[in-house]
Amino acid sequence: MSTITALSGRAVPLRGNDIDTDRIIPARFLRCVTFDGLGEFAFEDDRKQLTAVGKVHAFDEPRFKGAKILAVNSNFGCGSSREHAPQAIAKWGITAIVGVSFSEIFFGNCVAMGLPILRVSVADAETIQALIEADSLAVVAVDLEKLQVSVSGKTFSAQMPDGVRKQFLSGAWDATGELVAGAAAVQATAKKLPYVSNFA
Amino acid sequence: MSTGTLFDKVWDLHTTRLLSSGQTQLFIGLHLIHEVTSPQAFAMLRERGLSVPFPQRTVATVDHIVPTENQSRPYADGMAEEMMTAIERNCREFGIRLFQPGSGKQGVVHIIAPEQGLTQPGMTVACGDSHTATHGAFGAIAFGIGTSQVRDVLATQTLSMNRMKVRKVQVDGTLKSGVYAKDVILHILRVLSAKGGVGFAYEFAGSTFSAMTMEERMTVCNMAIEGGARCGYINPDETTFAYLKGREYAPSGANWDKAVAWWKSVASDADATFDDVKTFRAEDIEPTVTWGISPDHGVGVGESLPARESFAKEEWATIDEAYQYMDLKPGQPIAGVKIDVAFIGSCTNGRISDLRETARVIKAHGGIVPAHVKAFIVPGSEAVKVVAEAEGLHLIFTAHGFEWRNAGCSMCLAMNPDKLKGDQVSASSSNRNFKGRQGSPSGRTLLMSPAMVAIAALEGEVTDVRKVLN
Ligand code: SF4
Repeated sequence: MSTITALSGRAVPLRGNDIDTDRIIPARFLRCVTFDGLGEFAFEDDRKQLTAVGKVHAFDEPRFKGAKILAVNSNFGCGSSREHAPQAIAKWGITAIVGVSFSEIFFGNCVAMGLPILRVSVADAETIQALIEADSLAVVAVDLEKLQVSVSGKTFSAQMPDGVRKQFLSGAWDATGELVAGAAAVQATAKKLPYVSNFA
Repeated sequence: MSTGTLFDKVWDLHTTRLLSSGQTQLFIGLHLIHEVTSPQAFAMLRERGLSVPFPQRTVATVDHIVPTENQSRPYADGMAEEMMTAIERNCREFGIRLFQPGSGKQGVVHIIAPEQGLTQPGMTVACGDSHTATHGAFGAIAFGIGTSQVRDVLATQTLSMNRMKVRKVQVDGTLKSGVYAKDVILHILRVLSAKGGVGFAYEFAGSTFSAMTMEERMTVCNMAIEGGARCGYINPDETTFAYLKGREYAPSGANWDKAVAWWKSVASDADATFDDVKTFRAEDIEPTVTWGISPDHGVGVGESLPARESFAKEEWATIDEAYQYMDLKPGQPIAGVKIDVAFIGSCTNGRISDLRETARVIKAHGGIVPAHVKAFIVPGSEAVKVVAEAEGLHLIFTAHGFEWRNAGCSMCLAMNPDKLKGDQVSASSSNRNFKGRQGSPSGRTLLMSPAMVAIAALEGEVTDVRKVLN
């Protein structure tokens, strides 16, 4: 299992609060039995709509092509629990997300996939986005050990729940192995719960 | 930290052990799966050579991609057929019960589990679907999970989770006529916002919820997720027990009394403490309609749409975006907004009581859906459909110009043939008004109670249902 301590790369800023998972990957792309190929459809409808009115979505801007870090605002990933959403973002090329706040299910999905997701203040999120917009070649560095995000010579403090941070640093972000290892304890818990035997 | 709440008790009872990350390995009492978020989880199980140790604690159904008109197999949509075949094969191979169309038990996953008596107080419930919060109506701790976590539950019957804080959302008093459970939750969302509940479990408490039926409680808990809360619950009481008694998978005979005693023991103590408390008065709640692109963008049906200045400055961009997308303007009344489509159904409002109330409104109004409005009613489950037809509700619907369909998620989201076209405006009894949610990238959704959808369908525009009820 791989440890994740620091990531860096060019970044893509995506402005807006409450960007829900229906927007990240519209439901029609959920008609699938694998996550393969979802990357190209990330933000499909938002992208098309902007194109139609002569604007460009950040994911379509050539200067952000190849970005590894996604910079967002508040309540990102709210709505549907579809893991297809972080999967589409990851398959597009993103390896870490920085933003003000995230829906819990989205956050949990990212962790389970090994996609670090860090919180920064409202003001810092906007500054980070502005810095990336000013210089799309700037490298954004995300450090899970120091809990910092740095870009263009500026450093911002970031947050991540302690347990989750430990999971990334120790490589235990994929919890399955440890959960499976607890099988005996799980059987013991099941025995204690009266409904497991339908109260017989 | 909260103490003595149902959440605390159920969490502690299901805690298997602490993991090296500091998270809890939490036992999941009831695992529900459907065709959309499970195939990749089964693929991961196979890849890793994992088995399913508690197959009897997972129950499957199909709802999202199931067409609500022609259900004969193979489905016209080849991809839908492939997903259907995948869940059939997965359930067969891993020994999991599957409620298929035609079994009499199929329907939207959050409708059928309570209906069959599978959802019970004191359980932990998980499903690869955010509206799993619905099951909290029974005093269960129920949350939506992603596909990797579906894999974890299949492989271990547990999840790695962080404990949540508990907020008591107290509503006291009697709802006014024409105000429904849906309005209560839309009102709470409007006040507490779509992200106000992040990090919390919501305990819905107070006389308004105590007076509600189980179906009304499910409507409320269903949309806890829309407020950012991972789960929402209501303490079990005599209403809960009466609902469960006699259902197929509920305890019976000598075990029933043991069950009731245990269920009572998991309810929040009188002296429970909470991390936060918010209070509301039932009398303040109006029939509520959403105007924007987030479920907390609601207004009372008698109100005009809010100016962006009435929101925090950091919300302004979102509010502007909402007005632009919806093609509505601040200051305009919500009543009178024209609609093209009316949809009654979904795990929020696709139960028999919703259909009965819809029929009551239709009869009180007496009119017929105008030709330019497409109105359709989708029962949440096969069982709901059977009861509705036995009561002749479908005849009332069709006589007044509403289409009557088979059970499924239908136009709540757009994974089946039911979709908005272009920038159509839909009055919808479902739970999400996100951009593109109902199948057209520019389609627009106004969320409201089924009674309000019914009258909007008949009038062709947003209308106060009290016009015909009083
Ligand atoms: S009815 Fe809608 S919200 Fe409920 S499970 Fe189906 S798609 Fe999800």
